[in-house]
Amino acid sequence: MNRRRRVPAMFVLVLAAGLTAGCAGQAGTSAGPDPATASADTAVPAAPQTLTVFAAASLTGTFRALADRFEAAHPGVTVTLNFAGSADLVTQITEGAPADVFAAADTKNMARLRDAGLVAGDPSVFATNTLEIAVPPGNPAGISSFADLARPGVAVVTCAPQVPCGAAAAKIQADIGVTLSPVSEENAVTDVLGKVSSGEADAGLVYVTDVAAAGTSVRGIPFPESDRAVNSYPIGVVAGSPHARLGASFARFVTGAAGQKVLAAAGFGAP
Amino acid sequence: MALPERMGHPPTGGPAPAGPVALGAPRWILAIAVVGALVIVLPIAGMTSRVDWTHFGSLVTSQSAVTALLLSLHTAAASTVLCLLLGVPMALVLARSRFPGQRLVRAVVLLPLVLPPVVGGIALLSTFGRRGLLGQTFEVLGVQIAFSTTAVVLAQTFVALPFLVLSVEATLRASGARYEAVAATLGATPSVVFWRVTLPLVLPGLVSGAVLAFARALGEFGATLTFAGSLEGVTRTLPLEIYLQRETDPDAAVALALVLVAVAVVVMVTTHRPRAFA
Repeated sequence: MNRRRRVPAMFVLVLAAGLTAGCAGQAGTSAGPDPATASADTAVPAAPQTLTVFAAASLTGTFRALADRFEAAHPGVTVTLNFAGSADLVTQITEGAPADVFAAADTKNMARLRDAGLVAGDPSVFATNTLEIAVPPGNPAGISSFADLARPGVAVVTCAPQVPCGAAAAKIQADIGVTLSPVSEENAVTDVLGKVSSGEADAGLVYVTDVAAAGTSVRGIPFPESDRAVNSYPIGVVAGSPHARLGASFARFVTGAAGQKVLAAAGFGAP
Repeated sequence: MALPERMGHPPTGGPAPAGPVALGAPRWILAIAVVGALVIVLPIAGMTSRVDWTHFGSLVTSQSAVTALLLSLHTAAASTVLCLLLGVPMALVLARSRFPGQRLVRAVVLLPLVLPPVVGGIALLSTFGRRGLLGQTFEVLGVQIAFSTTAVVLAQTFVALPFLVLSVEATLRASGARYEAVAATLGATPSVVFWRVTLPLVLPGLVSGAVLAFARALGEFGATLTFAGSLEGVTRTLPLEIYLQRETDPDAAVALALVLVAVAVVVMVTTHRPRAFA
């Protein structure tokens, strides 16, 4: 009896020990500086380093390509990418997620992180993006201009005004005096694209780069009024990052010639 | 640390070893159970600690919040009714009849329980969407499901139905078919047996199943976002409103999340009594 009681007790102990160890381990990685970073981060035979980059979801394709090139140019460096909506990323970083570099889809979210005292130095704008109309292949509603979106019976989907792509859509509407009645106001550009590519919606307002990345599942219709809402993408090093120098060199790489080439190929505008 | 009396056998004069033991669980089980409860309680407590109480009232009574809450309540109620209408016959067939492939059918019926809601949304889209399997038919009939409140109810019913079927089927199996057999031998038609015997018999399971279904429908998010979209007053239920508020006003999101938790707890506590009829 005595013996049998002990086994579960041990189990609880091990479980508890595991839990605390897990917590301690996490605290260690986020608080204490990584010993590997004590050495110069540009030295060629340097110890392996991991740079964690938090980037807006619309940068998924380009930042994957940029990370590969950066790793190739910096032996021993591994770039870990985390993509999500800019607002989500700001929340994650302010809640303590270990990010070294932050690339946002708008200046507003970078300002939020800066107000929280979590941006080191001045962020620099590395790209711009404008809106484009996306329609399902075949363009069933015959959309050819921004004004067409306001026609009765056209099921148009936009982002909600609370998110950057929706704010841009709202600004264009206010500027040119055309009011849309969307059938849905989505949280993210990807949700708008989904509704369009599935044919649920006749048209959606997304970024130029989203249309380019979507391939043949949607057709893009550029409109001249799109230049009234140009989104700027800033990049900055997160304050307190143990890889600040490496982070700064990644930011320079993105704003530099090589980075700009990759971004331009994906449809981003120059800063 | 172990006390001597704890090591002894069950107290003398208690029930025979083979009989049901009414004592509590061993302490080590209790310890794990407490850890388990903390897994659920701690995050809720953590969220509650973030609530901005000074502005709580204004945050949860904003026009968009109230609209979303009302939409959530009435779509969840509609889905629950739909679940009852469809789920009771399903449970009855699964519990009271035997047919080839029954296990497979049950597995399929329970599928929404294990599917990620977004998959449910894609499935609904491919069926009831404008370009879906049945979408064309509905459009001919003049029924627009895309981006409508109907789409929200459909999504909620899809995810909530298994809860009702499971609950009612379990009650049916536990209660057995004796009373129904007796009623039938006394000359009651199958329909009379259903209304007068079976239904009253499974009422507890029906109530708890309906409550679970309602709670699940209330929390539905992924399938709705994928299938129905998000528009204030039409398809933006409270979970979708919380998700959107998170973008700009985390305080409002937390306040609304607490409202959702409160509504769910009130519904469950006031109506979900699994042992009440035992």
